[in-house]
Amino acid sequence: MNKVCSLQEAISKEIHDGMSVAMGCGLESLIPFAAGYELIRQKKRDLTLIAPISDIQFDQLIGAGCVKKVIAAWVGNVAAGLGHNFRRAMEEGIPRKLEVEEHSNFTIGLGLRAAAMGLPFLPTRTARGSDFSTDEQFRPLVCPFTGQELLAVRAIAPDVSILHVQRADQEGNAHLWGNLGVVVEAAAAAKKVILTCEEIVERELILSDPNRTLIQGFFVSSVVHAPLGSHPSPTQGYARRDDDFYFDYHKESRTHEGFERWLDKWVLGVKDHRGFLAALGEERVHRLKPEGNLFSPPVSFNI
Amino acid sequence: MKHTLRELMVVAAAREIRDGERVFVGMRLPLLGFAVAKEIHAPNAVGIFENGVIRDWPALDSIFTMSDPPNVARALYCGSLLDVMGLLQSGRVELGFIGGAEVDRFGNLNTHWVEENGKRVRLPGSGGAADIATLAGRCIIIMNHEKRRFPSRVRFITSPGHGEGSGWRAAMQLPGGGPSRVITSLGLFSFDPVSREMILSSYHPGVAVEEIQSQTGWPLRLAGDLRETAVPSAEELAAVRKYDPRGVWTS
Repeated sequence: MNKVCSLQEAISKEIHDGMSVAMGCGLESLIPFAAGYELIRQKKRDLTLIAPISDIQFDQLIGAGCVKKVIAAWVGNVAAGLGHNFRRAMEEGIPRKLEVEEHSNFTIGLGLRAAAMGLPFLPTRTARGSDFSTDEQFRPLVCPFTGQELLAVRAIAPDVSILHVQRADQEGNAHLWGNLGVVVEAAAAAKKVILTCEEIVERELILSDPNRTLIQGFFVSSVVHAPLGSHPSPTQGYARRDDDFYFDYHKESRTHEGFERWLDKWVLGVKDHRGFLAALGEERVHRLKPEGNLFSPPVSFNI
Repeated sequence: MKHTLRELMVVAAAREIRDGERVFVGMRLPLLGFAVAKEIHAPNAVGIFENGVIRDWPALDSIFTMSDPPNVARALYCGSLLDVMGLLQSGRVELGFIGGAEVDRFGNLNTHWVEENGKRVRLPGSGGAADIATLAGRCIIIMNHEKRRFPSRVRFITSPGHGEGSGWRAAMQLPGGGPSRVITSLGLFSFDPVSREMILSSYHPGVAVEEIQSQTGWPLRLAGDLRETAVPSAEELAAVRKYDPRGVWTS
């Protein structure tokens, strides 16, 4: 089944107000920023965002008023420090009050894995001495075999996971590589998956390397062709990190008014992802592309 | 050769890494410290990053995040966060580096919220720090040393150190050994093996013990052999500058 559609269609069809959405699950890479901007343009509201660390993506969506709650381990700007919109929402309720379900990176991964495996929770030895471990998403648990004290992490099952990958076929069978963060767990934990990808490729190419098909098409409901759709975060082999974009964002989002100007320039003032890339400019886009290739040689699957 | 304060801190971090250890590296100063240790005294150390990357040699270029392409290309392994957290939980990671907004006398770290002028300031949260603090064989804490960052008791424990002191980690059944060293902008600290309280073991060149006390929110205990921090050797400095040639992290 051909699931290829535009980013506008995918977001409009799959994401509704009040839903829980995992996005940015590669940690600092493969973050689907283009999809985040489309959520903002379509004025989605009351979303619950899920990920360990999504660099500035959560801060942007919080500042734009799309978010009711985050289920996360860390919200900020990885290279520059604090997230100003996150702070304003938590400290002053601007633009609206925000709930946080606190986690560590490990417990977000375990919550997603639990849902991916059809379990209500998974046990762990982490975080037991942390003050957030008494929150309701965690429960003390005694191992039935050893008597050891553990922490149960409640399953996290997103309504939708939005994931950026290097390449997929039109059914959503996806090849991804580099660091994986919790991308694979997020795909299998969610009820639906929207993929944005650098390239849409033939099924034959996917079948040539089954170890790399880390997301299978049967999880996926929409496939969107969005080259540089992770900008400013990197996609290995396709896009470098645009460090200046993060530092500029940090400066410009220092006040709510400054953030609104940023939003007008980069999100609301452009029609779509193509318009965003045009605003970045050809020269900047060119600089973000890796020069040449660092190939991994083919392996033989011969029978 | 004259060194900067940051170079001294990087070298102090590097000296904590023993040959053959598996290390949760983190970013900035400890990342450079890992490269320096590999170059000088720990050629078989392995760096582990919570995004799923395992590297046994430094990144191909300077990086701002662990997921930047030069840290991924030609890595030893690329997998998932749960893969590397599994290594940590199963006791296979000897050392981890963490930092925070506040640290207290028992090495507990807070990266959740602080108060400034009576107003609550929200910070980013744990990330992987709580996991490293709980599960790594031992932890090294790196901090700027300011009074507001060194209260006697943190407001919120994000990443547990030695909790309330003697026996606390054992009673909580925390598998890792907890903090063994604090590297600050003023000196180096260890922890008393029994009481688990932070002890000043050396002061950086040009820093008076009284200054460190004035920037610390509890009466400091001093090591019996308190001394000046050993300055970087020429070889160590050359290694720092090889990996940070423009002084992005160390100027």
